[in-house]
Amino acid sequence: MRFVNEYRGPEAAARFARALEQAVTRPWTIMEICGGQTHAIIKFGIDQLLPDRITLVHGPGCPVCVTPVELIEKAIAVARLPRVVLCSFGDMLRVPGRSGDLLAAKAAGADVRVVYSPLDALALARAHPDREIVFFAVGFETTAPATALAVHQAAREGLKNFSLLVAHVLVPPAIEAILSSEAVRVQAFLAAGHVCTVMGWEEYVPIARKYRVPIVVTGFEPLDILQGIHMAVLQLEAGRAEVENQYSRAVRREGNAAARRLIGEVFEVVPRKWRGVGEIPDSGLGLRDNYAAYDAERRFALEAHSCDESPECISGLVLQGVKKPPECPAFAVACTPEHPLGATMVSSEGACAAYYRYRRAAAELPGGRRH
Amino acid sequence: MNDKADENDRPGFHCPVPLDRYPGVLLAHGGGGTLMHRLIEEVFVSAFSNLGLEARHDGARLDVGSVRLAFTTDSYVVKPLFFPGGDIGSLAVNGTVNDLAMCGARPLYLSAGFILEEGLPMETLQRIVGSMRRAAEAADVRLVTGDTKVVDRGKCDGMFINTAGIGIVEHALDIRPASVRPGDAVILSGDIGRHGMAVMAVREGLAFESTIESDCAALAGPVLALVQAGIEIHCLRDPTRGGLASALVEIAEAAACGVHLDEDAIPVRADVQAACEILGFDPLYVASEGRFVAFVAAGDAERALALLRAHPLGRDACRIGSVTSGGPGPVVMKCRLGGSRIVDMLSGEQLPRIC
Repeated sequence: MRFVNEYRGPEAAARFARALEQAVTRPWTIMEICGGQTHAIIKFGIDQLLPDRITLVHGPGCPVCVTPVELIEKAIAVARLPRVVLCSFGDMLRVPGRSGDLLAAKAAGADVRVVYSPLDALALARAHPDREIVFFAVGFETTAPATALAVHQAAREGLKNFSLLVAHVLVPPAIEAILSSEAVRVQAFLAAGHVCTVMGWEEYVPIARKYRVPIVVTGFEPLDILQGIHMAVLQLEAGRAEVENQYSRAVRREGNAAARRLIGEVFEVVPRKWRGVGEIPDSGLGLRDNYAAYDAERRFALEAHSCDESPECISGLVLQGVKKPPECPAFAVACTPEHPLGATMVSSEGACAAYYRYRRAAAELPGGRRH
Repeated sequence: MNDKADENDRPGFHCPVPLDRYPGVLLAHGGGGTLMHRLIEEVFVSAFSNLGLEARHDGARLDVGSVRLAFTTDSYVVKPLFFPGGDIGSLAVNGTVNDLAMCGARPLYLSAGFILEEGLPMETLQRIVGSMRRAAEAADVRLVTGDTKVVDRGKCDGMFINTAGIGIVEHALDIRPASVRPGDAVILSGDIGRHGMAVMAVREGLAFESTIESDCAALAGPVLALVQAGIEIHCLRDPTRGGLASALVEIAEAAACGVHLDEDAIPVRADVQAACEILGFDPLYVASEGRFVAFVAAGDAERALALLRAHPLGRDACRIGSVTSGGPGPVVMKCRLGGSRIVDMLSGEQLPRIC
């Protein structure tokens, strides 16, 4: 298939593996930020191609995983209200809150629908003026422009029955939080290519400089990731700490100006709690005052309940690259995709789900499933 | 109080499903993944096992006097009713014919139960019935009994169809997961994922450069070609809901064997792969309705491939892997890039990714 298979060629992958072998003289730990990259790494077996001295750790770049339980509880609460249709991306529906997940709310009678774009939710609002359409807006900078566009259009059309439960998060503050942590062991980052298609890569330059870490903007196909790792290793070996762009076929330095303008028009930067990690300053997007009418939390006066995480779940450490999923005592035992203790086991981009799906040891397979 | 009354209604029946976890049925319980298998085993098998239910096969095999019959049933709730390459009618005939074929049986008779929604256009019903007639003719089965119910508007998506089928087993092969042996060849009759993506594209209003057509077809022809040629078939399965991955995991677990797959050998058409990439789906989990996997004795693999490739429904047949000892499971796939990974059943249905 064109534009996919070219980036999955075994010969080219073997060439990168050999080049890495030649380049590496010391152990290095590299974090891929994005959950999409984590899944590609585990699914395609990219980590198995790397020299032993390169360790990949998995980052917090799964929007579903980091959405705090409190917001999921608010989504469930609003979905249960009469006349409300709650829309979100499919992945979000399975994530456990405190009182179940959105799919269970749906089974109990709530009108919960999967959409592919916030604009689909907007179309529902136009088609059903008697219903309140609430879009659960999760995602990093990648999905924020479409959310912003939906609100912008709703305002222009004067739609009164559309609102947002906003859970958007930003990547650079998360990288800084990881680098500021005492447990940090990450020496270089693969930045999330699709986030950078929107935002560009200028905002990573001060981070690379301040913390002296190489940051390579990287795509999602196997060869993208191998090349990104190779570029990061060359920097590490040479003692450089710069921002480089592996994903130049999609990412420009300044990103997508129109999308950034739209985000700035509708959203402002706010502090945000990350599931398993805690509050990170300036790490989220919230609606600006002139769009406050579209804020579902205000419209439905949703109350915040603080929620405790499962004490067994170490997803916070997994999301910060401190631990790998199999190091968790609950992994594949008390915590499975059917009965997840944390969001990292649910989402198609969650690190625990990736290891569960593609990498369980033989001992953890069947038997346990059939109990 | 109610609990007591319920217990009295069902003497000796204890539901082992942890009701505290799932007080209600979720859509995922019908998704062909782990949750559905648990539901089947923990609710249905535990209730009916004394009736000879063989939960891990597509149909039951019954000996009636000296005649060996295969008997199966399936319900069809597809939305939309019409999709490129088929409709709920052809699906309801072919699906049940295929369940019989997967028992190695020659399909003979079908029943059809129609649940119709008030207001369903008569023209729609006639089109679907016409499609069923053509599918039955093509599969050489007769629809001999039926039932009709009409429900209030809003109680079903236009129409649901249930079909049951009876076939006759004309050979001495014992085709079921327990017959699978280490060393067996795993043969796939063609490319995977077309039906699932065809329905998905219509349901979600996704337009691709070309229309993906469902592969919906009756598989008794190619299966009987193998049987009649004396191929030592150990197990057959059509990868419908849950896709190829779920079918293989199910069989590996039931057979207490492992399976080694070669990713490079599994055919996926470019348009199906493209649609999957866009939605973040793995074609291994996407349904086919006109494909099957055959576990055959290694020595018969080449002959089986030649026979299948000579049949219009098996032109792209290929060997995708082998059965290994030391099970049950896992199903392990050698990745194109050189590494390997586990192929497991999904919990429920695949959901589109976020970004």
